[in-house]
Amino acid sequence: MGKVSKSPWLLHYDASSCNGCDIEVLDCLTPKYDIERFGIINTGDPFQADIFLITGGVNSQTESVVKQIYSQMPEPKVVVAVGICACTGGVFKECYNIKGGIDTVIPVDVYVPGCAARPEAIIDGVVKALKVLDAKQAALEAKGR
Amino acid sequence: MAKRSIIPFGPQHPVLPEPVHLDLVLEDETVVGVIPSIGYIHRGLEKLVDKRDYKQYTYVAERICGICSCGHGLGYCLAVEQIMNIEVPDRAKYLRTIWVEMSRVHSHLLWLGLLADAMGFESLHMESWRLREKILDMFDETTGGRIIHSVNQVGGVQKDMDSAMLNNILHAIDDIERQMKPIVKTFLHDYTVQSRLKGVGVLSKDDAIAQGAVGPMLRASGVEYDARLLGYGAYKDLTVEPIISKDGDSYGRCEVRMKELFQSFDLIREAIGKIPQGDISVPVKGNPDGEYFVRIEQPRGEAIYYVKGSGKKYLDRFRLRTPTTSNIPPMVEMLKGCQLADVPLLILTIDPCVSCTER
Amino acid sequence: MDDYKSEIRKISMSEFFPAIVHMKTDKWRLVQICATTTEGGYEMSYSFCRGYDMVTLRLEPKEDEEVASITQIYPCAYIQENEAAELFGVKIGRIKPDYQDRLYRIDQTAPFKDKE
Repeated sequence: MGKVSKSPWLLHYDASSCNGCDIEVLDCLTPKYDIERFGIINTGDPFQADIFLITGGVNSQTESVVKQIYSQMPEPKVVVAVGICACTGGVFKECYNIKGGIDTVIPVDVYVPGCAARPEAIIDGVVKALKVLDAKQAALEAKGR
Repeated sequence: MAKRSIIPFGPQHPVLPEPVHLDLVLEDETVVGVIPSIGYIHRGLEKLVDKRDYKQYTYVAERICGICSCGHGLGYCLAVEQIMNIEVPDRAKYLRTIWVEMSRVHSHLLWLGLLADAMGFESLHMESWRLREKILDMFDETTGGRIIHSVNQVGGVQKDMDSAMLNNILHAIDDIERQMKPIVKTFLHDYTVQSRLKGVGVLSKDDAIAQGAVGPMLRASGVEYDARLLGYGAYKDLTVEPIISKDGDSYGRCEVRMKELFQSFDLIREAIGKIPQGDISVPVKGNPDGEYFVRIEQPRGEAIYYVKGSGKKYLDRFRLRTPTTSNIPPMVEMLKGCQLADVPLLILTIDPCVSCTER
Repeated sequence: MDDYKSEIRKISMSEFFPAIVHMKTDKWRLVQICATTTEGGYEMSYSFCRGYDMVTLRLEPKEDEEVASITQIYPCAYIQENEAAELFGVKIGRIKPDYQDRLYRIDQTAPFKDKE
């Protein structure tokens, strides 16, 4: 099996973000930043995704959705938390309906700070996630899969 | 009678970057009923007024939504200024207007791109978003942020624009306007685009009023109403003419937003031509005591801000009625009778902004 | 902003429904419903626009007093009435459709009711 990191597919979910980071994630896919030059394609299907980009903090409504999408993704998989809300809860941390960052629900591999996270930072985070993806794949192969 | 079935739509759906859930009641392929349920992005931001004082809350208000951010900051500040009887300097009014019009350009271009994407017209989507980058670059240059600007504050604005910046904005919008021409042609005159939009999702004038539609959705059904005519900011010195379309279908909504883009270009030019010299903010002392309703025209329609204070640092109540909240009932009305395959496109034509709606 | 009317009119419970019907027949459109907690009760503000004028009807129900839903007259009020009922715990009778506090599906009951 070749390396997934040559052409990883990306799934984006908005946990409870203000939209700012989501738009910047979409921006990464458009001509100016063009994340496709790394072989990355945005997909809507968790079964085909390798990288899970999440924006916004987790609340009680999205908790089960995030967990479900995460469990549907095949191994190896990496999670990238985009924006300060996804990292820690950010400005919304003290809201009654916010649990905190994404890592309160599922394990996170790469944190991208910023409000809103800039496209350059998101691309950096995704490229960093590719290395994690390689390491995870190597670990899986060593176990004989 | 055909058998009824219920199809869940969302919350994670490729056409929408944000989670929203609808239960579609179908008879064969035709939608006969829609039950919207929201709440995936509910954070309880209105409640944060208990923990942030009224000046700090401007930053929270701007983060209600990443697309309408500039307008939310403005609406909140206008309400507090009205209560405290603060007269904002004229230059600040013009600067606010320029920024708000720029965010309308960015929001409408974003919507055009998403609409093209929902139709599967990939190159048109990319082209709209490529042009949108030029406006974001101008935001970056003038405010330091691409999406969240944090320029409004109670009593004025935080940053000034020098003449070089204003000139750059003029160049940027000239550039966008020139490059918009082929896009306009495709959106409004292309056969394939028309076949997806014309006569689809019709909302009559009476329905639009009865169901409480706002913004481009209301104007596309032939109602002349644009909250900018209330004259907040610098709009009372500028020429604003509500742009309407008669048919009330998806094509009408596309046409209204397209024409509003060009209207915004003209407004920015006019405002830059008339901008006076002077201070950009006034010092603010004391705490708000009283209540006020402010209406402003956001890219998605009229938004209403309600602020109530009782002379304390912390406000009693902040309430925001967003355009999408008002546009959900007409959307439900409009979806009835349409085909299942048109549902994603029709949801998009109201330009939903879920994070505003749920706050 | 002062060129157009923007007034807040207080009304009693008995005047409430006739006033809403009057707004409807006078061709005002409903633009906003807002609940605010006050001591021992609520303030319900119903805002209407006609042209560029705005009128807000202010109703002050006590904590356990039931307010009639206006969805029979203004069907589009259901989202904002459900919101007031769920977030503030205002008792609103016969909203159509009534989400039974499941619009936002939050864990707490009436989180906006008490000030912190």
